[in-house]
Amino acid sequence: MRMMTFAKRCGKEILRDPINLGFGLGFPLVLLLLLSSLQANIPVSLFEIDTLTPGITVFGLSFLTLFSATLVARDRESALLQRLYTTPLTGVDFIMGYMLPLLPIAIGQTGICYLFAIFLGLTVNSNIIYAIIGIIPMAIFNIALGLLCGSLLGVKQVGGICGALLTNLSAWLSGVWFDLALVGGFFEKIADLLPFVHAAEMEKALFRGDFKLAGSHLLPILFYSGSVTAMAVFCFLRQMKKQ
Amino acid sequence: MQEKKIPAIQTRNLTKRYKNLTAVDRLTLDICQGELFALLGVNGAGKTTAIKMLSCLTKPTDGDAVVGGYSITKESEQVKRLIGVSPQETAVAPNLSVKENLELICGIYGFSKGKTREKVKEISRQLDLEEVLCKKAGKLSGGWQRRVSIAMALISEPQILFLDEPTLGLDVMARHDLWEIIHSLKGKITIILTTHYMEEAESLSDRIGIMKQGRLLAIGTAEELKQKAGTCDFETAFVAIVKGEVI
Repeated sequence: MRMMTFAKRCGKEILRDPINLGFGLGFPLVLLLLLSSLQANIPVSLFEIDTLTPGITVFGLSFLTLFSATLVARDRESALLQRLYTTPLTGVDFIMGYMLPLLPIAIGQTGICYLFAIFLGLTVNSNIIYAIIGIIPMAIFNIALGLLCGSLLGVKQVGGICGALLTNLSAWLSGVWFDLALVGGFFEKIADLLPFVHAAEMEKALFRGDFKLAGSHLLPILFYSGSVTAMAVFCFLRQMKKQ
Repeated sequence: MQEKKIPAIQTRNLTKRYKNLTAVDRLTLDICQGELFALLGVNGAGKTTAIKMLSCLTKPTDGDAVVGGYSITKESEQVKRLIGVSPQETAVAPNLSVKENLELICGIYGFSKGKTREKVKEISRQLDLEEVLCKKAGKLSGGWQRRVSIAMALISEPQILFLDEPTLGLDVMARHDLWEIIHSLKGKITIILTTHYMEEAESLSDRIGIMKQGRLLAIGTAEELKQKAGTCDFETAFVAIVKGEVI
């Protein structure tokens, strides 16, 4: 009850921020539109909608990090958290309250991206459902990363690190815009060590119905989701105690 | 026969140290049920730290306090159910309406839907919030936000209310409005108020504790403190006590 009350509040705070809606939903859709228009005018197969859409849904998740980090950092700076720490809310209530409302937002964002892509010529098949559900582990990673950053940084720092740095990292290292093998070497190795490319490849595999390949990409994502969530919980509880 | 006063708060050698700084130094005092007690002091006197310890926001380095019959060091969960806190800074959810902010606190304290509706109605009438109930809290002026903040602290039906510098930074009209609200609560619940406004402490409080550098220098009614300092003006008495001219 307490946790759901707090979760509901967090969801409202995020959804009522027009910048959040603009970036979180509008930006991935604009990218889909622009890149598929570009594809229509180039002779090589670079941004085919069937391979582009799963990658864009993964890129769109990076905005969830910005949302959760901004919310936590703003709550800390505004003393709202200080007030809530004096209520019967527990550490678990806070963590789940911040994370839970972002999951349906992630699923909604992914679903809208696929729906929009259908109008742009995406092949319609039942695997879209699996691809939407398959976004959850990577969504947890992004949300937890936001909680971690929000627990450690201020609102301005969060804007720079989660807004600019992370969205760029996610874009370049996920292989959404170009085949990472074309760059190769150190860049490809680094990308392979991080979860972004695995999430993009897993989404593409789920969309194609290649569940075996999807499963092989799931493990590194689960590792990152688990580790970052554990770090986020630790840092949040530590700053809670510091209050 | 003299009425026996029941203590709402008892602190014993309550101390908070941060590395080389002692923010609160062996604070020992009793505050009775229904009393409005003001902690007065210049900036850095330790008022906010004392409130933070009593409201279980920060753990004491030494000593303990019993709030509503529960120890702040051993039974903080029980203490949190009895208290309401209005922090010094704005502490409202900015994208939520005033009504939603009040409902948030009711939900956290586990109130039923019916009780929540009733309490929102009651508290908004009590604090004249009806006209802003549907407005976003973040869009309100500083005075209104402070009023909402106090309403959020009161709606959980606390036995003990902590108001940390409730009128800091407000204009004269907003300050007087809040004084009226605080005055209307007197006797109904125990209120601990921190302030550095002399007239606020003098006009609102039953008793005043004067703090400096973490230590409680003097305690008593405004009249007792004036008598102690040998002045008829409270501000002069405060200055004399803080400067150490009164033993």
